[in-house]
Amino acid sequence: MPVLWLVIAVLLLAAAGYVAGRQRALTSAGNDPRDLHSLPSYYGSHVFIKTAVPALIAMMLWLLVQPLVIESRISNVIPDTAISADTTRSLVMADVRRVAEGLNLAVNQGAMSAEDAARVRADTTDVRERLGEVGIALGSDVEPYVLQAAQSYRALSAAMSTWMTLFVAALAIAGCAIGLMRTRKDFRARNVVEAAILALLMLASTIAILTTLGIILSMLFETRNFFQQYPWHDFFFGLTWSPSFSGRGGASQLGIVPLLWGTLYISFIALLVAVPIGLFAAIYMSEYASPKARAVAKPLIEILAGIPTIVYGLFALITVGPLLRDYFAQPMGLGESASSVMTAGIVMGIMLIPFVSSLSDDIINAVPQAMRDGSLGLGATQSETIKQVIVPAALPGIVGAILLAASRAIGETMIVVLGAGAAAKLDLNPFEAMTTVTVKIVSQLTGDTDFASAETLVAFALGLTLFVITLGLNVLALYIVRKYREQYE
Amino acid sequence: MNDMRFTERAVVEDKKIAAKGVQVYYGSNHAIKDVNVDILDKTVTAFIGPSGCGKSTFLRCINRMNDTIDIARVEGDILLDGEDIYDAKVDPVQLRAKVGMVFQKPNPFPKSIYDNVAYGPRIHGLARTKADLDEIVEKSLRRAALWDEAKDRLEQPGTGLSGGQQQRLCIARAVATSPEVLLMDEPCSALDPIATAQVEELIDELRERFSVVIVTHSMQQAARVSQRTAFFHLGELVEYGETGQIFTNPEDPRTESYITGRIG
Repeated sequence: MPVLWLVIAVLLLAAAGYVAGRQRALTSAGNDPRDLHSLPSYYGSHVFIKTAVPALIAMMLWLLVQPLVIESRISNVIPDTAISADTTRSLVMADVRRVAEGLNLAVNQGAMSAEDAARVRADTTDVRERLGEVGIALGSDVEPYVLQAAQSYRALSAAMSTWMTLFVAALAIAGCAIGLMRTRKDFRARNVVEAAILALLMLASTIAILTTLGIILSMLFETRNFFQQYPWHDFFFGLTWSPSFSGRGGASQLGIVPLLWGTLYISFIALLVAVPIGLFAAIYMSEYASPKARAVAKPLIEILAGIPTIVYGLFALITVGPLLRDYFAQPMGLGESASSVMTAGIVMGIMLIPFVSSLSDDIINAVPQAMRDGSLGLGATQSETIKQVIVPAALPGIVGAILLAASRAIGETMIVVLGAGAAAKLDLNPFEAMTTVTVKIVSQLTGDTDFASAETLVAFALGLTLFVITLGLNVLALYIVRKYREQYE
Repeated sequence: MNDMRFTERAVVEDKKIAAKGVQVYYGSNHAIKDVNVDILDKTVTAFIGPSGCGKSTFLRCINRMNDTIDIARVEGDILLDGEDIYDAKVDPVQLRAKVGMVFQKPNPFPKSIYDNVAYGPRIHGLARTKADLDEIVEKSLRRAALWDEAKDRLEQPGTGLSGGQQQRLCIARAVATSPEVLLMDEPCSALDPIATAQVEELIDELRERFSVVIVTHSMQQAARVSQRTAFFHLGELVEYGETGQIFTNPEDPRTESYITGRIG
């Protein structure tokens, strides 16, 4: 593993640079740390950063670029005649890589000498058999041009690795030298180190943002592919969801409306359960409960948030569903199904209780004690104080908590699969089985899928729609919460 | 010291609140030690003393705000118009409507100015009609010398007022429930000198209708606004009497040390 050794070598050099830089700074100040601009450790860290950071960044970039360069060089080697009708250039390249890996493995295990691996010829040796001995199974005999390409692949990557090692080492040494040269007692090492830390912090936040961006872009790309195959108005306004997988005949109808209806209906029932219970629990916790009761009850409620949703799903499937069917749906003649919107909604509501209660509790606690004193001092009871002062003051925050819970409900999958079924329906009866967008995304992408058909690509359009909805809710929640924060400052 | 306006000090010797042997404990901390004091009607009574001497604690006993603190325990008798406010049949909520309170930091509710003032009257059902309520709000705001500044912006949030206006709004809010006693816990400590002067002037006017008890850190303020002064030290009531007498001729050496700036 030359890369690992290279990293270790660079870090060792950096560590040595740390000691040397620290010492050099101290010497330049006549061994009196008080004469230094910064603490001695800052001078050491400065040399460490100068040594390790550029070298390691260069190495990472090199490792990213190297395979691309090699691929393009090697694919030129493959003759056009080799690309027959039933294959493509990328399939041949996959063969080449596989043979090259096999040769590497053979050399590492001692089954072949390095010279043999470089010189072996397809017409004189049965390469397939020899690679089979070291555990690389090939689908067919190795064509001469594939073996040749594999050999130059190996040679090229070995050469490029050597160059990389030299380059990175040179960079590290140069960085170390520059760092040490700069180290003098007036050098502002602390500022440089702090700037480096700032860059690190910025990098971390950039990664989070870029990931979101990447997710959006990949979804957008696939969604665009989908809309090239399927008309967008049929997707957004179609009232029927009946995908037909290719081979079984018939055109698919991919209308999102029944799925969105199911999603919103189930989420609505979930919030109907979670908001009052969560809010009342939060009010009890923050205003009435003694510190002792609070210390016990709050963690207990929060345990609900730690239960995996699949477990909630099981609870819906074996307990809540049959219960609702036997005691409500059947006696009232509303349906025969154990999976229903009601089942999923109630269980999801239970799951959301800790979200609402925990956030609301924090927000209610953040209302200044002066508000309570002011109201109590005017002769209001505790209940009046809560109704007229505390809850209105905390309302924006509570709304934010509810919206966060709502976006959680909209994205929930497992409880719906097990509680509400997978039948896409447009119905008002809450005891009817329905399904949601997330469930359909899963079912469109599981099993044998062909990533070019509209039936599969629709999953990305569904996902993007869902993402836009929850993003909107989150933005709204953040906006409301932020507005609330300004009130007491 | 000025002449303490002796001419204005023709006070009615009418006992409003009588405290006898009051002890307050916060957990194991004995915060108030055997305090006896008679607070007169239509008089401004100032509680002065160094920080932590128990003056605010004692003030909070008078409307039972200490009930909201779990570890606080009050012993002894406090009589309001001859009735023990710590009696089991007294509802602390009713009591607080009779004994209003203004706090150290202005704490208007995050509601409109109108709703802030109307809060107490609405809770206690003091107004039969909207016109009644409007009248109460206007009267209270006038009494708190805030009407002219606030009359055009009654629907705007009370938190948008300046600090001095907010404190006067809190006074208006307390006055609106027509209390008999008004307790003020360092009402000017968060205000600038101009707002302080306005509030002090207001306190002097409020004396016509209420018995006002004010806790203050500023001895000048006590001298300016009060007719009677009580000096607290380390949880004890050291001396209580006419403001003029306390400031010019204190009996207790500790009082003298405090007002001359030697302790505190």
